[in-house]
Amino acid sequence: MGKTLYKKVWEAHTVGTLPDGRTQLFIATHFVHEVTSPQAFAMLRELKLPVLHPERTFATVDHIIPTDNQAEPLADPRAQTMLNALRENTAAAGIRMFDLPTGYQGIVHSIGPELGITQPGMTIVCGDSHTATHGAVGSIAMGIGTTQVRDVLATQTLAMLPLKVRNVRVEGTLRPGVTAKDVALYIIGKLGADGGLGYAYEFGGSAIENMEMDGRFTLCNLAIEGAARCGYVNPDEKTFAYLKGRPYAPKGEAWEAAVERWKSFASDADAEYDDVVIFNAEDIEPTVTWGISPDMSIGINGCIPAPEDAADNETRKARITALEYMKLQAGQPIKGLPVDVVFIGSCTNGRISDFRAVAPLLKGRKVAAGITALAVPGSQMTAMQCEAEGIADIFREAGFEWRLAGCSMCLAMNPDKLKGDQICASTSNRNFKGRQGSPTGRTLLMSPLMAAAAAVTGTVADPREVFASTNL
Amino acid sequence: MALNKIITVRGKAVPVAGADMDTDRIIPARFLKCVTFDELAGTMFYDERFNADGSSKGHPIDAPQHAGATIILGGENFGCGSSREHAPQAIKRSGIQAVVAESFAEIFFGNASGIGMPCVCATHTAMQTALRITADAPQTEWTLDLKSMTLSCPMATLPVTMPAEPREALMQGRWDAVVELMNAPEAVESLSAKLPAPALS
Repeated sequence: MGKTLYKKVWEAHTVGTLPDGRTQLFIATHFVHEVTSPQAFAMLRELKLPVLHPERTFATVDHIIPTDNQAEPLADPRAQTMLNALRENTAAAGIRMFDLPTGYQGIVHSIGPELGITQPGMTIVCGDSHTATHGAVGSIAMGIGTTQVRDVLATQTLAMLPLKVRNVRVEGTLRPGVTAKDVALYIIGKLGADGGLGYAYEFGGSAIENMEMDGRFTLCNLAIEGAARCGYVNPDEKTFAYLKGRPYAPKGEAWEAAVERWKSFASDADAEYDDVVIFNAEDIEPTVTWGISPDMSIGINGCIPAPEDAADNETRKARITALEYMKLQAGQPIKGLPVDVVFIGSCTNGRISDFRAVAPLLKGRKVAAGITALAVPGSQMTAMQCEAEGIADIFREAGFEWRLAGCSMCLAMNPDKLKGDQICASTSNRNFKGRQGSPTGRTLLMSPLMAAAAAVTGTVADPREVFASTNL
Repeated sequence: MALNKIITVRGKAVPVAGADMDTDRIIPARFLKCVTFDELAGTMFYDERFNADGSSKGHPIDAPQHAGATIILGGENFGCGSSREHAPQAIKRSGIQAVVAESFAEIFFGNASGIGMPCVCATHTAMQTALRITADAPQTEWTLDLKSMTLSCPMATLPVTMPAEPREALMQGRWDAVVELMNAPEAVESLSAKLPAPALS
């Protein structure tokens, strides 16, 4: 029997076994940001330990950074304190920080791949659950806590137990208007928000093989919303083409050698999986969430499910809680539901492909009256590319607020927040209670195409109908 | 580093009902604007417990009969969502010493284990029993025993589970791994030499 990529990368990075039985796993690449690292640096100082391999850690500021005015001092003194702490901690340790003036600042999960720091066959960690994103190039990438950030800084290793591997296959051709986001929401809806507990998800099948890299990032990003701590796609020609020429990608002869090495990490054809699940690409509709967990989703033409139709008592109770919080009725069609805010951005859908897909749809159209629409590029690099390609101007012309790079309204640690019980059509990753900054705010997760449809109609809408004149 | 051996947790229990209790509900993101964990006590489940005007929503955590509870009783996929260690830190710093739930999100589980707060699983039936006893008699003193892997009180003894390795780590006082991770520097360096670091080229 052959091996999975997960097993190969795990074995290649195993230092040994700890007395309690856990594996000591070497971490090839570590990212830090301002929210989950200051305590770790403080712990190091307390233990009088240096950063062992500063060249393997990369820093940026993303969560707290305002997307309208980044002039310092920032309006929120606590945000400034966190930014200063990251600067001081990384400078003292000799860690490269992609700070605001560098042109490389952005959401950590955007800039890692864009800079080519994220490479196949690596173990990659960050104090951030959406680190799973980096698995799209064929790495073991996972979120860790702050104490573990300290462990990586001090030892470049972690005490870990291996996950099981579930092969999640999507076979066939995605229908027009169906994106990686819809695929991810569909899979989470089918397997459950806790379906991936104990598993890494290896995404495969013809629909994934045909998916461009930015879509794969979206898919792996959302693995954690299905409880899979890591998601990954085997590295292939699309992966190598994506990485080639990026600042941190190997060059020349080293490139050829790296590609050969990366290929060797791909799962063997006869790899043994702990579980296999197969979905049919044609079954996937543009998908939207209606509740307070990412698995509470329906197709755009669906109706909000009734608690009494739930398969079990826990689901019934969860639906009651969700309907109450969302102020929605069971049986109500989701299409046509008015929204207040549209947010296109985040580590899930703030990449160049997302803005490129939406721009032609917005051309000649306007954001509906009364709707606040935010477009927040994931990184300064993406922002500059959007300016260069005229994309930013199309968004502005349509009535979007074109913002500076950051996490923004995905988790609202900066000034971008919902007010009261506003409903947000959001391309982000979590619809948890209060997630977008108001304790009563309501989030509908969807693809950038559906968010664009929501922006121009002011309601939840089917992008295939709203943009019928455009090829989706 | 001399760590305490965590074998038993005793005290009253408090229910935190519902599946998929996410880390945004455990600690809303606005409380993450800090550079230390020192001020997190009292922030746990804040928006579940309090209205915008600060008035109580009547959450069990704030009910007098659950005051001083040391054990949380939770549902499935407890701690799902973000990797923020602020979540278990806020719980621990609010006086909770252990969480018993049907299942835990991986990152939350790892974070809690790493700060010496055991998270153990119990079946749905066992959880229902614990919740019923706690509802009927909130003053019930529970004992979570990692040696026998039971959650017990005078009325019931319920089996709980936890992977062997973190359980050993807690019981042996090795739950903070950093010391052991520093024990094999040559092996780490030899691996580091073999595994390329991303570099500008």
